Amino acid sequence: SVSHSQITRLYSRFTSLDKGENGTLSREDFQRIPELAINPLGDRIINAFFPEGEDQVNFRGFMRTLAHFRPIEDNEKSRDQNGPEPLNSRSNKLHFAFRLYDLDKDDKISRDELLQVLRMMVGVNISDEQLGSIADRTIQEADQDGDSAISFAEFVKVLEKVDVEQKMSIRFLH
Amino acid sequence: MEDVWLAVAARVGAVWLAAVLGLIVVPSALGVSLGISEAYMWVLVKTLEWATLRMEKGDKNPQPQELKTSTSSNGIIERDETPMEEEIDHLNRPNFELSDIFYFCRKGLEAIVEDEVTQRFSSEELVSWNLLTRTNANFHYISLRLTIVWAIGVVVRYCFLLPLRITLAAIGITSMIVGTTLVGQLPNSSVKNYLSEVVHLTCSRILVRALSGTIHYHNKENKPKKGGICVANHTSPIDAIILTNDGCYAMVGQVHGGLMGVIQRATVKACPHVWFERSEFKDRHLVAERLKEHVADKNKLPVLIFPEGTCINNTSVMLFRKGSFGIGGAIHPVAIKYDPQFGDAFWNSSKYNIVSYLLRVMTSWAIVCNVWYLPPMFREEGEDAVQFANRVRSAIARRGGLTELPWDGGLKRAKVKDTFREEQQKNYSMMLVRNGSVG
Repeated sequence: SVSHSQITRLYSRFTSLDKGENGTLSREDFQRIPELAINPLGDRIINAFFPEGEDQVNFRGFMRTLAHFRPIEDNEKSRDQNGPEPLNSRSNKLHFAFRLYDLDKDDKISRDELLQVLRMMVGVNISDEQLGSIADRTIQEADQDGDSAISFAEFVKVLEKVDVEQKMSIRFLH
Repeated sequence: MEDVWLAVAARVGAVWLAAVLGLIVVPSALGVSLGISEAYMWVLVKTLEWATLRMEKGDKNPQPQELKTSTSSNGIIERDETPMEEEIDHLNRPNFELSDIFYFCRKGLEAIVEDEVTQRFSSEELVSWNLLTRTNANFHYISLRLTIVWAIGVVVRYCFLLPLRITLAAIGITSMIVGTTLVGQLPNSSVKNYLSEVVHLTCSRILVRALSGTIHYHNKENKPKKGGICVANHTSPIDAIILTNDGCYAMVGQVHGGLMGVIQRATVKACPHVWFERSEFKDRHLVAERLKEHVADKNKLPVLIFPEGTCINNTSVMLFRKGSFGIGGAIHPVAIKYDPQFGDAFWNSSKYNIVSYLLRVMTSWAIVCNVWYLPPMFREEGEDAVQFANRVRSAIARRGGLTELPWDGGLKRAKVKDTFREEQQKNYSMMLVRNGSVG
């Protein structure tokens, strides 16, 4: 599990981002980070920190979201077979990415949602038609139950060969 | 009864003032050192070394030694620097993949945990505690002896050093104002210039003493000459004093109100500093014109400019404003690196105003810094102002051991421009259409 020094450092980071000094972070606090502000999916990522309908996230929520990105090998040390699945399991990491696409949280990625996310990633550089055909092809390849949308199970199947653990993990230095 | 106390207080005050004048002000005015500050620094260094050893002994979780040596490894996480093209490998696979999102996702989360920019606008983290309460955020209680030393330190700093430094600062500022006003009455002549230099140098030296400053100047043969422009990295308003302690410059800056304004008005009579009204400063052409005028006169003192435009925390050098690099003439770069172990020189202007900043500086142990004068640089054929500015910036960063960041210091207060995000989007789009066909 997370070490004491890691928690201290993350808390220190949390407070340095908390310009209002009220123990919670707002969306503006995140947007003040230049490298995040220029990330095409910055807003979606920021959104992942805020529970439904809320505008503030406290330290616990902050840590919870970050916990998805702990490397999976950390779990080797604390093998708890009967406990709930850890947040940084392969499945939960995939779920985090799935939620970035699933804008209306209906557990399905529709063509429309895929188009919107693609638009965020490419900006103005690709036409609507081209983007549309990218979206169509992607859904066609993934869709197995014929509902023209990608469910979480279909999402997992498409990505079964991808090294999710490596791509969705952040390593702490100490 | 009260008369006796008053008399005693007056006596004590007089003795105090005489001691300060005799032991500190006069020698520094003459440029002579009595060795008092060297002795103080020696005691300080020994104490801090002892403290570090104590803390390492008492540390229950010893860290591997490499992590403590340099501040660059003080990071929280291991940043993955793989560029977008490698990570989202489209050479071998058809175009868009659902997994492309992982790259942006991880980059975003990494930036949330630790980013290159916002950390530069707050004080540098120390490798080991330097016995000041303010830097004690990440360190725990170690031992009784250490706490006692810390307590003694508090008493020494607040009850002895602080009044001493305030006295010196008062003397320094008053002499500066009075001296430059007097010199300003003289008609323009070489005598006036000489006296003006004397006054500026003397008062700077007194003010450096007021901060318990220990400055090491390197490569003095490269000191900025008349008619040139001196550029340096910016950490605090003290930078100016650090540099004027060793030479005379014409300052450039906005006119302020209050005490600063009084100083500005007095000094400009003796020496042709370039003070702008706030509205004028925004007009870049006007600034450039005035500077060109000044630089063209080879008899005028070198101009001192801080091209970052704002205070950065002395771990990196941010983008230089290109204004001063398009004027022509010699640019004399200077690198200033403070040693954070003895006191934090960085002015976090969004957190502290100037007065609380100065109080914090005056209750630190000392201000220790290295100043490197670099050889003059000239704009080359075919090089525009921006490229020249970056070249100078690299030279300063390399000399001072600072990192170079391609970010603007203005990000302290302003939002980042949309163009950077559009660039990322463009790069990604180019990968999607790279294979000719899209889809």
